[in-house]
Amino acid sequence: MTEAFIYDHARTPRGRGRPDGALHEVTAVQLAAQMLGAVRDRNSLDTALVDDVILGCAQPVGEQGGNIGRAAVMTAGYADSVAGQQVHRFCASALEAVNNAAAQVMVGAADAAIGGGVESMSRVSMGADSGAWTADPTVAYDTYFAPQGIGADLIASIDGFSRTDVDSYAVESQRRAAEAWREGRFARSVVPVRDVLGDVLLDHDEHMRPGTTLEQLAALKPAFTALGEKAGFDLVGMQKYPALTAVNHVHTGGNSSGIVDGAAAVLVGSRAFGERAGLKPRARVRAFTSIGSEPTIMLTAPAEVTRKCLSRAGMRVSDIDLFELNEAFASVVLRFMAQLELDHAKVNVNGGAIAMGHPLGATGAMITGIVLDELERRGLGTALVTLCAGNGLGTATIIERV
Amino acid sequence: MNHLTLTIDADGIALITLDHAAETMNLVSPEWLAEFAAAVETVATDPAVKGAIVTSGKKAFMAGADLKLLSKGFSKAEALAFSEAPTRMHRRLETCGKPFVAALNGLALGGGFELALACHHRLLVDDPKAVVGLPEVKVGLLPGSGGTQRLIRLIGVQKGLELLLSGAALGPAEALKAGLVDAVVPPGDLITAAKAWLMGAPDPVRAWDRKGYAAPEAGGLLNPGMAALFSMQPAANAAKTFHNDPAPAAITSVVFEGIQLPFDKALAVESKYFAKLLSGPVARNIIRTTFVSKGEAEKLASRPAGVPKANFARVGVLGAGMMGAGIAYVAAVAGAEVVLIDRSQAEADKGKAFAEKTLAREVERGRRSETQADDILSRIRPGEDFAALAGVSLIVEAVFEETAVKADVTRRAQAVAGPDVIFASNTSTLPISGLAEASQRPEGFIGLHFFSPVDRMALVEVILGRRTSQETLAHALDFVAFLRKTPIVVHDSRGFYTSRVFQTFIHEGMAMLGEGIAPALIENAARFAGFPVGPLAVTDEVTLELPMKIIRQAEAEVGQAFERPCGTPVLERMLAAGRGGRKSGGGFYDYPQDGPKRLWPGLADIYPVRADQPDITEIRHRLLAIQALDTARCLEEGVLTTAADGDLGSLLAWGFPSWTGGTLSYIDTVGLEAFVAQCDGFAQRYGSRFEPTPALRRRAAENEPFYPAPDGAERA
Repeated sequence: MTEAFIYDHARTPRGRGRPDGALHEVTAVQLAAQMLGAVRDRNSLDTALVDDVILGCAQPVGEQGGNIGRAAVMTAGYADSVAGQQVHRFCASALEAVNNAAAQVMVGAADAAIGGGVESMSRVSMGADSGAWTADPTVAYDTYFAPQGIGADLIASIDGFSRTDVDSYAVESQRRAAEAWREGRFARSVVPVRDVLGDVLLDHDEHMRPGTTLEQLAALKPAFTALGEKAGFDLVGMQKYPALTAVNHVHTGGNSSGIVDGAAAVLVGSRAFGERAGLKPRARVRAFTSIGSEPTIMLTAPAEVTRKCLSRAGMRVSDIDLFELNEAFASVVLRFMAQLELDHAKVNVNGGAIAMGHPLGATGAMITGIVLDELERRGLGTALVTLCAGNGLGTATIIERV
Repeated sequence: MNHLTLTIDADGIALITLDHAAETMNLVSPEWLAEFAAAVETVATDPAVKGAIVTSGKKAFMAGADLKLLSKGFSKAEALAFSEAPTRMHRRLETCGKPFVAALNGLALGGGFELALACHHRLLVDDPKAVVGLPEVKVGLLPGSGGTQRLIRLIGVQKGLELLLSGAALGPAEALKAGLVDAVVPPGDLITAAKAWLMGAPDPVRAWDRKGYAAPEAGGLLNPGMAALFSMQPAANAAKTFHNDPAPAAITSVVFEGIQLPFDKALAVESKYFAKLLSGPVARNIIRTTFVSKGEAEKLASRPAGVPKANFARVGVLGAGMMGAGIAYVAAVAGAEVVLIDRSQAEADKGKAFAEKTLAREVERGRRSETQADDILSRIRPGEDFAALAGVSLIVEAVFEETAVKADVTRRAQAVAGPDVIFASNTSTLPISGLAEASQRPEGFIGLHFFSPVDRMALVEVILGRRTSQETLAHALDFVAFLRKTPIVVHDSRGFYTSRVFQTFIHEGMAMLGEGIAPALIENAARFAGFPVGPLAVTDEVTLELPMKIIRQAEAEVGQAFERPCGTPVLERMLAAGRGGRKSGGGFYDYPQDGPKRLWPGLADIYPVRADQPDITEIRHRLLAIQALDTARCLEEGVLTTAADGDLGSLLAWGFPSWTGGTLSYIDTVGLEAFVAQCDGFAQRYGSRFEPTPALRRRAAENEPFYPAPDGAERA
């Protein structure tokens, strides 16, 4: 089988996903197209060498609907021959897009493909695409649907993570992200987003709150109490986890991933493609896989998919130098580290979505790029990237430097 | 015509008057349907008829379906046919080209209001008793005959769904505001107004039958309001039903799916969901026990025939504690003069004070007038002198639960009132035949086991002693009916029926705790099965002393032969640890002043939670099975005479989940064979108390359910 390599990647800075966010005026397709343009321009890439562009998107409706992958290809001025598609695996969409790009290369369906993602959460709000699982009452009732925040609080309740535990994790995420920015660790890959005049709108992650303290976080109100106690979702969760006496609502806006706008693109290709394009491969895509897990708690797949991915690659946890797990909620990462017995020093070393935000359909590609840059900076070999996703899904990818 | 009359006036207006020849209430039945369909055809096909008024000759317009019919058990095919026939008739009425107006002269609920919804116009009489609504959810069903689909197209999905899920009945003003009716008119003007509307040559085409019609919510999940509503509603349903009663979920689905479909397709889907509920066990169980059996009990089905009715102008109540005060109160409310006796005037006055407090609250809430309350209160005569009992026709004693004390008051009361007066003991545990020995006339002695709080608990367990006469039973039942309560009749035995089986529930829960099962899991299993509270919480409420006292009493009577129930070691250990229940400052739970109760942290030290926990389903089945099995034993031993009494008692006495239909219906619902197999497994794992009786095995082998199913009906 052909090997798939990562040649380059680019991401937008993440704008606050609200009407006052810096990227709110930029359409989703422009965010994606600017990243495709960056990958092309930084590498003097003949886009006709790219077979497909696969973009993740978790709310593929409205301006993000109708195959935004192909729309971005055309908007970016890529060659007409470049195909385009959009994939939906909720929060793991962009990692799945990278994996699909690699898969096409591996099976010989493509010499090169771009996997990435886009989400303008300020323009197409979370939940806009609805869907059978959450809102067809037959399905939602029969499968004990509960929103993600309830799942995050269920994890904390079952594992006994206190409010201080999750807030402490959030403080550390902010500290690491601030340090990474201060030291310029993201400089190589963050491409400023420009407005219609070509002026820079945003060149840094706007959601961060460097210097956040435990005291500040402790003052925030739990975000999911009303959903849990008034709307009935606590009892839905407890019917699945009946050893609980109650759900402890510990998650707030401060220890959950931020709502932001952003896009990312990862250029994947065969060795032959690299030679043709005059590019040097940076990392091999060693293994990837996805998994489903108990959907009500929803967010516990990362450990399971990590074990599955390692086993398929014939590797062990100790073979991985750095782990990147999307910080959907603090409890997700705490459980992941506990279950795999990981040292926090190896996990999310530059902070994550709690500090910088989680543009749903784009994050998987962003954190793939971030951890690759970090492997290079530290002179390390392998990294595992994983995300929990809606419906109990999880996706993982192992990359190794070449 | 048995169900209606049809007249046509000179202006070509047909008047269809629902008026069942033999019943006081118009009910939906196959015969009614046939007659009404024929009337619709007359209106539709007679060229002289311009339109029709549908009204009723009874006080009410029409209640829903005849629930007795619905509890018989249906196969899916039968249920679908049962639903499709009226759906077709209503649709024919609606599309026949002639306008129909419903002139609702009184309450229209369920099938009655579904008929009104199918009419082109609805007028409701301005009378607070004339309520309208679709209460089917309360019996585990959904409103058929197009009821769900017409309602949501008339008043919108959100408001419609709310009404369908609450089953609320609305009075005229609310109904008009909600859009359920087009106008509210004074009683005398109803038919005139209906005719006036018809004479205005109204368009007999419903909005949803016009070309280009689309409900605002027809876009389904592409409509953000719909997406929000239908992602929240399932959780509310699950939090309420714990997935036991399928009706709220089915209603939600039928609204969601139906609004996105053309009307006739929507009707077809509604019929299918209706058939699913009607052919399932839950609707049948709820209807059978909470309506049919309850209704029969209240009509005194167990009353011996030929005994003249008793009169309760003046009754006596001995003991003015919580139970006595409650009994005195409900008797006074029912219209009796109540002689309330206790050891001292002050104690007796305390009993009357309860009535005073309760009545003040009723007045405050507008449920009674000041005058009514004063009137009721004046009927309660508290005192310490037994002489006041002269002239009473019945005495209920509710004194301290001890044989000697009870014997003493029995003798003193009979000395004044005479031996002919019926003497009822409100005991929950002491055998009636034994207590009757203190009576001059054991034939006139009976048990009337009231439940606390007496003013709110509907059930009275009527207990026959060995020598209780049929006449005494008849009059005791008359008294229960006089109090507007629901009787079940049982034979004397330790704990009678309700206390005995209730004990199995709490003991099983305590035994589980002793086995190292997580207390939260035990409590949640009970709660999610539909019990109001878990076995540990309810034991805290009744106090841990009470079941312990019952054990000691039994041991005093039976001696060594008495086998202690399975939770006894836990009871003893908790009592030794000073955890006597809520009243004594805490039991299995702590009761903090400033918050909700929480499991006592010390429990984990006494009963460490073992590592391997059973599945919640195992716990749930175990809790349900032990009660069901013991009820079956009660029936075999003759403590219970009918399955209906067993079922009704279990629901009303200790809150056995209504979706099961009661302890014996539960066995039918699980299936006899499956239930026996389940018990065999439990007996192996947890002890011989789960051993099915030979009679139950025989029942299973011969497939002889407690309630025989008609041929063709599916067994759940």
